[in-house]
Amino acid sequence: MIWVNAIIQGILVGGLYALFACGLSLMFGVMKVINLAHGDLAVVAGYFALGIIAVTHTHAISSFVHVPVGVSYALVVPVFAVVGYVVQRTLLQAALNRGVLTTLLVTFGLSVVIENGLQQFFSANSHSLSIGSLVSDSFGIGSQITIAYLDVSILAVAVAVLLGLQYFLSSSKYGRLIRAVADDREAAQLAGVDYRHVFGIAAAIAFGTVALAGLAFGMYTQFNPTIGTDQLLLFAFEAVVIGGLGSLWGTLAGGILLGVAQQIGAQYNAADQVLAGQLLFLLVLVIRPQGLTSRRETA
Amino acid sequence: MSVGAGSGPLLEVRDLTVHHGQLEALHGVSLSLPAGAVHAMIGANGAGKSTLLRTIAGLHKPTSGSILLDGTDVTGLRPERRVTAGIVLVPEGRRLFPTLTVQENLLVGSDSARPGPWTIDGVYDLFGWMADRRSQRAAQLSGGEQQAVAIGRALVANPRVLLLDELSLGLAPVVVRRIYDLLPRLLGSGVTVLLVEQDVSQALHVASRIHCLLEGRTTLEGAPAELTAEQIEGAYFGLRNGGNGAPGGGSGSGSGSTPGAAAVGPTDGAGSTGAGA
Amino acid sequence: MSSIEPRQSAAGPQQPAGQPDQPAGQPDQPAGQPDQPAGQPAQPNPPVRVTRSRRSALWAGIAAIAAVIILAYLPYIVYSATTNLLVNFFMLLIMASMWNLLAGYAGLVSVGQQAFVGLGAYFVLLLAIHGANPFVAIPAATALCGIVGLPVWWLVSRLRSGYFAITMWVIASVCELIISQFSSLGGGTGMALPGLNLSPALLTADTYWATLTVTVIVLAAVYLLLRSRLGLVLTAIRDDETGARSIGARVGRTQRTVFLVAAAGCGAAGALYVISQLAVDPGSAFSVLWTAKMIFITIIGGIGTIEGPFIGTIVFFVLQQTLSQYGTWYFIILGLVAMAVAIWAPRGLWGLISDRLGIRIFPVGYWLWPATERERPARGLALLRRG
Repeated sequence: MIWVNAIIQGILVGGLYALFACGLSLMFGVMKVINLAHGDLAVVAGYFALGIIAVTHTHAISSFVHVPVGVSYALVVPVFAVVGYVVQRTLLQAALNRGVLTTLLVTFGLSVVIENGLQQFFSANSHSLSIGSLVSDSFGIGSQITIAYLDVSILAVAVAVLLGLQYFLSSSKYGRLIRAVADDREAAQLAGVDYRHVFGIAAAIAFGTVALAGLAFGMYTQFNPTIGTDQLLLFAFEAVVIGGLGSLWGTLAGGILLGVAQQIGAQYNAADQVLAGQLLFLLVLVIRPQGLTSRRETA
Repeated sequence: MSVGAGSGPLLEVRDLTVHHGQLEALHGVSLSLPAGAVHAMIGANGAGKSTLLRTIAGLHKPTSGSILLDGTDVTGLRPERRVTAGIVLVPEGRRLFPTLTVQENLLVGSDSARPGPWTIDGVYDLFGWMADRRSQRAAQLSGGEQQAVAIGRALVANPRVLLLDELSLGLAPVVVRRIYDLLPRLLGSGVTVLLVEQDVSQALHVASRIHCLLEGRTTLEGAPAELTAEQIEGAYFGLRNGGNGAPGGGSGSGSGSTPGAAAVGPTDGAGSTGAGA
Repeated sequence: MSSIEPRQSAAGPQQPAGQPDQPAGQPDQPAGQPDQPAGQPAQPNPPVRVTRSRRSALWAGIAAIAAVIILAYLPYIVYSATTNLLVNFFMLLIMASMWNLLAGYAGLVSVGQQAFVGLGAYFVLLLAIHGANPFVAIPAATALCGIVGLPVWWLVSRLRSGYFAITMWVIASVCELIISQFSSLGGGTGMALPGLNLSPALLTADTYWATLTVTVIVLAAVYLLLRSRLGLVLTAIRDDETGARSIGARVGRTQRTVFLVAAAGCGAAGALYVISQLAVDPGSAFSVLWTAKMIFITIIGGIGTIEGPFIGTIVFFVLQQTLSQYGTWYFIILGLVAMAVAIWAPRGLWGLISDRLGIRIFPVGYWLWPATERERPARGLALLRRG
């Protein structure tokens, strides 16, 4: 039963990992670059949410209007999407014009700057986001399996976002343009597409989803300035590789497999949780580098 | 021989020089394309024909020279802006979006369309087989079918100038023939065509004027009827031949060099050049 | 006596040259021998000489030897605070040079070199626990890191740039997690380094000399590597990897060699780290900050040049010392500067300087001299890439 519980917990957290991964995967698929600051963006979203809550709860504002916590959180995602568009059109585009390696280095620099900046302003302490009573409520299946409402909600949100993203990519005009630019940037230009704008849209989606993932993470557990690169970035990347590039469902599968591997590892030894996931990642890299579901050539 | 509808040529390239890094791909190339005409660029591999089309489409920045569309300088425009201005390139190798369906490929083309007669349904009319295959991924089509879709994707943007780069590459002759047979319909809808063609006889068959490039320079220019096989060979391969005094060429629609002359040589003889006038 | 080398279009590993690079191909030629010209066929060919370096390099070589001798005497004349500072300086210089080799020459951008830094430190710890003198353990740890590099290379060699970078990071994390499990090595909190029972003054001095020795060896190795035929391949890869493959250069083998050298070099730095700290813990030994420093230093100094890491390390230390009272602000500024340099001045500070003055302190390229001229290579005749 312990193993079943482990698997269930792994599935639940897998949705969160997939939510982290889809932005990374999108940016890589479209711009061909791995955003090394991806995990840190989620952490910034968490701190940003804390900041919004703090501001809206100051006397100046709360005496006017009571802003529910949920609304404060909901602000974060669209703000991040806009920030993503701007950052892409300015900084990242300038780096991309130089080359993929430059972009890699620039996103790394961004990551370091963000982490150190957060440490300067917020100290190295951990924080988390409150969601009221939802955090501790849970229900049981049988006598040995407990499932927290929060975890199920996060999985539901993750699946919903992935579904929405899938629909957007397959059926909308910009989704089509994103796929076209990802296929062949030059041919898209020749067909009249401003690829820089499309890059911006993809980045906006990536920043928005990772912000959402960051908020969920903050509710699920605690975050600190360095967890973006200690864990989140690596988890996202591992989920992408395990599941395969090019398919959102692959990313979901990858996230779930990663989560399950981690939970099983945790059963052996609490310290083995992260390690188990990484060993699975390395295994997949050796045996089937294109991931479980990808049709495309990868790596 | 074609008569310009407006006061000047629809597309004009003036003294274009293009470098790839340190390599000079085009040197001082000029041409003049009147509305409603079909001009063909011929030349050996590496002569610079594709580079010329790609530069006109905006993918390369010229070192010097200019490109004018209907009198307006478009040299500084980004490629996507040239599409909305009316210059559309069907690139070498088709370059469809492989994971998109036929319909989606055409939709991308039509997103930046100018107003005009061509629609996706119009393209389906032009290529009878296409409508049934509209939901197939582009990667699953044959070479000829892909070429048709690529042309269709360019057409739905309603170009004024359609640039066709090596249509015949990798296709069976009968397929190539069928595609070129469509040219009159394109011209009839108001499209002007500048094409690059490896197959010289095909080019002579469809075009009203031929430009020959060799190592980045124009070596010959004229209407097919006025050019002899030796002239073309000489210009193509860069051999000095005894050919002299080509009969007077087209009227009015020359490229700015000596009116009436059919052969255009580079200004002076660095390297190998083509036939002298 | 400076002359301007004709400006080439390549600016760094990510800018392809306009055409595949032509490595000079001729073996090392002493000055004065007439040589076949390496010119383009279409131009007239005056007879030329080929030399490895110019006279400015000779003076620089003498200066370098003098500098090393002076540095060796330092523990007798300055306080230990200064030598400790220099120890840190040299450690970073070693690491930056390794990262520069990897990314600037072999085209391998790794964000996980901290794996080898940590492994180097822990190998020394391991050997010290079993009775070895830590100083003696340095070469052993270095070699062990090079050996560990083999299976790691096997894992990552097929990966493309982004995947390669981040997989190296995962591997570093794996190393950290595994080592944290061994309580015999101090577990997650680390432990002190046994085996050093010297007086503080002697310990500081010994640490300094060991560091200086390792640094000189590493830098000499880098210099000789880049001057060799292997270095020629590396320069070709740096300028245009596809072009290099197309002329038959053994890109894969060369990259593996560089990867192993970089692994060993970072291991050596890690070994010095544990000795200078007298203690080690997984978090610090495997910290990604090592790589961050390597990257920032190399980019600011000038990626793909030998002199770059020197300049970068100096800039780093100046910033660190002047801004140290403001917490980690110096690091944030360093990161921002590195990002700006990567985008707008991709050849770094040394690139800017050497473009102006046309000097090379570490000559690894070739200079063409027309046979008629004694001093200055003529403009337009030097066809070869930057060394």
